[in-house]
Amino acid sequence: MKLIKHLFLVFAVAAFFCSCKDANKDTTTTTSETQTEAGSTERTGQAFIKDDGSTTVLSIAIGSKDHTTLVAAVQAAQLENALVNAGPLMVFAPTNEAFAALPEGTVENLLKPENKNALANILKYHVTPGNYSKDFLKKFKKLGQANNDYVKVEVVDGEPIIGGAKILASVKAGNGIVHVIDKVLLPPTE
Amino acid sequence: MKKILTSTLAIVMVFAVFTSCNNSSNTSGKSGALSSNVAEKVYVAPGEHDSHYAFISGGYSGNLTVYGLPSGRMFKEIPVFSQFPTSGYGYSEETKPMLNTSHGFIPWGDSHHPDISQTAGEIDGRFIFINENNTPRIAKIDLKTFETTEIIEVPNSAGNHSSSFVTENTEYVVAGTRFSVPIPQRDMPIKDYKGNFQGALSFISVAPETGNMDIKFQVLMPGFNYDLAHPGRGTSHGWFFFSTYNTEEASTLMEVNASQNDKDFIAAVNWKKIEEYVNNGGGKMMPANYAHNVYDEHTHTATSTMKKEVRVVNPSEVPGAVYLLPTPKSPHGCDVDPSGKYIVGNGKLSANLTIHSFTKMLDAIKNEKFAGDAYGIPILNFEDVLAGVVEQAGLGPLHTEFDGKGNGYTTFFISSEVVKWKLGTWEVIDRQPTFYSVGHLTIPGGNSGKPQGKYMFAMNKITKDRYLPTGPEMEHSAQLYDISGEKMELLLDFPTHGEPHYAAAMEASLIKERSQKIYDLEDNKHPYAAFSDGDTKVVRKGNEVHIYMTTIRSHFSPDNIEGVKLGDKVYFHVTNLEQDFDVPHGFAVLGQNTSELLIMPGQTKTSIWEPTKIGIWPFYCTDFCSALHQEMQGYIRVSAANASTPLKWSMGEDIE
Repeated sequence: MKLIKHLFLVFAVAAFFCSCKDANKDTTTTTSETQTEAGSTERTGQAFIKDDGSTTVLSIAIGSKDHTTLVAAVQAAQLENALVNAGPLMVFAPTNEAFAALPEGTVENLLKPENKNALANILKYHVTPGNYSKDFLKKFKKLGQANNDYVKVEVVDGEPIIGGAKILASVKAGNGIVHVIDKVLLPPTE
Repeated sequence: MKKILTSTLAIVMVFAVFTSCNNSSNTSGKSGALSSNVAEKVYVAPGEHDSHYAFISGGYSGNLTVYGLPSGRMFKEIPVFSQFPTSGYGYSEETKPMLNTSHGFIPWGDSHHPDISQTAGEIDGRFIFINENNTPRIAKIDLKTFETTEIIEVPNSAGNHSSSFVTENTEYVVAGTRFSVPIPQRDMPIKDYKGNFQGALSFISVAPETGNMDIKFQVLMPGFNYDLAHPGRGTSHGWFFFSTYNTEEASTLMEVNASQNDKDFIAAVNWKKIEEYVNNGGGKMMPANYAHNVYDEHTHTATSTMKKEVRVVNPSEVPGAVYLLPTPKSPHGCDVDPSGKYIVGNGKLSANLTIHSFTKMLDAIKNEKFAGDAYGIPILNFEDVLAGVVEQAGLGPLHTEFDGKGNGYTTFFISSEVVKWKLGTWEVIDRQPTFYSVGHLTIPGGNSGKPQGKYMFAMNKITKDRYLPTGPEMEHSAQLYDISGEKMELLLDFPTHGEPHYAAAMEASLIKERSQKIYDLEDNKHPYAAFSDGDTKVVRKGNEVHIYMTTIRSHFSPDNIEGVKLGDKVYFHVTNLEQDFDVPHGFAVLGQNTSELLIMPGQTKTSIWEPTKIGIWPFYCTDFCSALHQEMQGYIRVSAANASTPLKWSMGEDIE
């Protein structure tokens, strides 16, 4: 489990670097000098202060065939302004199987540029401003999510069920917690 | 397990990507305070003055700090609710009464929201008020002397948080309770909270000439939590708005139980109507016990008076006095725009900002369109009073200030940013990250009808890597932005002291010319003052020994004292005879069980010393006052309790 935690942090850092560099490339068309400056200010997010990640690890993360679709999804959603780095944030992270269980074509459809907002809305529905352990979640009847909707919390057989999804594992992060869940959460308006 | 791990990584990556890119859209490559034109904007050349004062709350230091803008330099820490050994505030006999309460002497406080006095909706710079959150009190600081001159305890209140905001002409400084409590306090089960606890909103009148504070009335509201408040202004002058949460009236596990209702309320209080009701004998006096502490500039001494009753008003008995405006998701900040037309409520866990319309509120009231009532107080319909929503502006909105040019600036704690948006169209214009987790923000003149534009600063809760590390405990960080353009520009990062909940700021020219330089010795009415070497003496009254002492560069008079015995209580009454700007003298004696004194020119201060050992003990000036500062000293001889050493004193000659 410790190993998982380490990997988790390393990858989080890596993904962060990667994503911001990409964003810079998209938004700045100026000289290399200003790009360096922008890069240095963007590296100061609270969740990533203790960074010492290297581009080598970054390349591995981004190069991973298992994650390219998800990275593309977030980039397609252009979620830059939705959340920054302060937290605390609690992320419900559906497994690959959960994504695969969605009706055929759903993910592909959401990735289309015209569905950017819908995709962002779904991704934000997986984020709660807060930091609660699996056990503590049983005290809630609902959670207010980052997209401004509520997700229902039930207790079945002594386990918290979040919007119908079961928590498979939980990983603590510096600025919050990730609960791995077995279903994709769909906002009530979708 | 492997599957879980991979998917976790994937999602974590998503999470990271998703949370880290916020800056990219607004970073044009010039946001760092590196380029020379940014440095010039905050550079105040040696000997020159800043253009603005900022008065930043000291939070759990209990004090108020004074800064200059744009330099971010700290000029002074004004002691308010906490003992301050630097000057002897709360330690000297003259200032101990300032910290008296109905719970006895309290050496510490939690200061929160400074607000500067106003005339006709504009900052006038006469006084600054600040609330103590823990043991409810409101203090007034005189901006002529930068000294705390009055503190009033607020009875029936608990967690004095929606305070201390002033009305347009400083008719009132208002103090709302965060915690509802039994009124009057009594022994009862906590679980019986609902329906039995109440929240007091106190309207403290401020006398136009003297600024003297007096609790005019308290509105006893339902048992919600009253979080923040702001006065109506311009068209809405005469009203006061309070954000509420925990309209569920829960008393345990608040983070779950106080978030059950989709909407809480902003309470709109028509204080003019209640004032009229009270002036006609409305409300009732109830027994109370609270301290009113006043510092007299002429005797240099504070007195504490216990007040025994307070007027309370049941809002359901005053038709038209209070209405409840539904506001989503446990609103925290409650801010009113400079025109007074809009009331902004920021749901702590929301991504949206809710803006209510004062005009629409009046219409709904006129047409009696109510959705129901809470304990007899009418609830308006959300849609009827809504002016607009700033959609998905960020996450965790807290506080809003205005630039007077039609824009609002809102802090987002969770997404750690300040977002600029336009009043009327509710569109987001710009966003800038803060470092990190911003609470309040301040624009000079922000809480008035006439903001003074140019600068905005954000006060953060978390510092982390912003400065050289100083161990686990760090001062909080603040960032200064230039808001004169379309986009906000980060200029400076500076540390603040304690926790800077809120700050009030204004153009320096409003007050700098009238800042007092010395206390006139001729106005000194202190009963133990000595005005020359000839006045100095030592008087015994039983076991009390009173030393009438003077200081002038570079000696004490007297500087040798004999005849003090073990068991005596020695009062050093020290008058600083200097009449020159910035020449204080200090006083400390070996083994003193209290702080030093720092005495301003023309002032008298008193320190008590109860010697525990026989011997010859030195005292000296603690402030490097002159070239011969090290010569500014004296001795006091302590004899056995049954000794026959005669009481004598001298300066310049030996005691025979």
